[in-house]
Amino acid sequence: MEKFQRGKGNGLTDLITSFWQTYNTLIYTIFVHGMLALSIYITLACGQLSLGNAAFMGIGAYTSALLTMKMNAPFGLSLIAGGMMPAAVALIIGIPTLRLSGVYLAMATLGFGEVVRVAFLNMSITGGSLGLNGVPLKTELWHLVLVIGIFIYFFIRLRDSRFGRILEAINEDEVVASVMGIKTTYFKVWAFTIGAFIAGVAGGLNAHFTFFISPREYGFEPAVDILTFAILGGTRTLWGPLAGSTVLTTLPELFRFLGPYRLAVNGLILLLVVLYLPNGIVSKETFKNIKKIFNGSGCLN
Amino acid sequence: MKRVLELTEVYANYGHIQALKGISLTVNEGEIVALIGANGAGKSTALNTISGIVRAAKGKILYKGNDITKSPAHLIVRGGIVQVPEGRAILKTLKVIENLELGAFIRKDPLQIKKDIEEVFDRFPILKKRANQPAGTLSGGEQQMLAIGRALMARPKLLLLDEPSMGLAPLVVKEIFNIIQEINKNGTSILVVEQNARMALKISHRGYVLETGSIVLGDSSADLLNNKKVIEAYLGG
Repeated sequence: MEKFQRGKGNGLTDLITSFWQTYNTLIYTIFVHGMLALSIYITLACGQLSLGNAAFMGIGAYTSALLTMKMNAPFGLSLIAGGMMPAAVALIIGIPTLRLSGVYLAMATLGFGEVVRVAFLNMSITGGSLGLNGVPLKTELWHLVLVIGIFIYFFIRLRDSRFGRILEAINEDEVVASVMGIKTTYFKVWAFTIGAFIAGVAGGLNAHFTFFISPREYGFEPAVDILTFAILGGTRTLWGPLAGSTVLTTLPELFRFLGPYRLAVNGLILLLVVLYLPNGIVSKETFKNIKKIFNGSGCLN
Repeated sequence: MKRVLELTEVYANYGHIQALKGISLTVNEGEIVALIGANGAGKSTALNTISGIVRAAKGKILYKGNDITKSPAHLIVRGGIVQVPEGRAILKTLKVIENLELGAFIRKDPLQIKKDIEEVFDRFPILKKRANQPAGTLSGGEQQMLAIGRALMARPKLLLLDEPSMGLAPLVVKEIFNIIQEINKNGTSILVVEQNARMALKISHRGYVLETGSIVLGDSSADLLNNKKVIEAYLGG
């Protein structure tokens, strides 16, 4: 960052510098949202609709922020703790709730999210409704690139692994999976816990560049936002949620010139995507349409 | 003859609805037993209760003399009871070969698993041709074959078949039932649930008739085929 700020040589560096200064938070947020989208992707990959990921993000954010603020813990360590803490919570609440499925699991995790939010509001260590002010600014771009790179690598390896196949089997038909001898609840709890870990790390990274965190950032709305990332992007591959989160984070910025209408346009675009690409942005239909367009122009020649 | 499976007064409920009202039945080693009945009689529930997908509310299920009434589904599979669920019980987005590999989920002998996959391919040559296709692109008959092949990959001692003829052309049904008999000759006991009563009774040794959750008849299949009540209600003629 400093390198950019000092550069006053030519027009290009100036341009990059001013672009970076204006949009670095947006770029950081794209990465964090990408991780959150991945965190819900793994539960969706085994057919479970969990709305607890915003709460897990919050637990991770508070854990790591408190560790760096109060204990002066090294950043790496507090990030890992920020992942482990929600993972431990997920393990505990996952065992009873993942016997549920469908809407019931969504309701249970939604309720869990509210409990967590209210806990943040009322505990003194989390600063109550004022939240935590003055979280040290430690997150740098390379941290985000590295961490999301690790997660993406994990998901690519997962796809062809035994665990990956098991999740896909559970996603398609839980009865078939269980008569194959798969202990479905066990693997669902694992997926849920891994998702919580990823969300927690994302929360930790986020807290260390926003300076300030408060309970309302981890309530109902962000929980639904995270789900929208995955649905809009498509849940067949890991690239879908990543695409969805990037688009949904960038759009409001692109439409800033529209002033008060920008949210309406944002909603309109969402509506169009859902209407014409019901399986998400990254789906077979999209590739087919792209092919059609290319073939079409080929015919003209 | 040794008893493989013994159900004593088994009850099962879905909420307030009693789906099984105290059924008792046995499967002996090396037998094919048919469980016939109309839609909603509780046939599938009976199988699901045995394989642990539905919990029995009352009664006892013994497998080779061990009480499995309260065992979870994944352990029952390990014991050697493998179910082929109703409909096209395959994983449509996975390849044919991946379906078979997952069928051997509980086993840890990779070399033998490979051999068994070849054996399934010998039994169902069409599956070999389609090995690398997504299972969802298979025809109905091929999907049913894959479902049975996948169950065989777990090396069942007792195979539970839920409506293997469902939605298949008559010739394909015949083929599937021939295969079921072959599997039985190789030493696997079979409990088959069917609406196609004639076909099921033709290949089975003994049969039970299930009506609204209770077993109303149990006899050798040959006798059931000649039973007046059965002919009227299930064989149409």
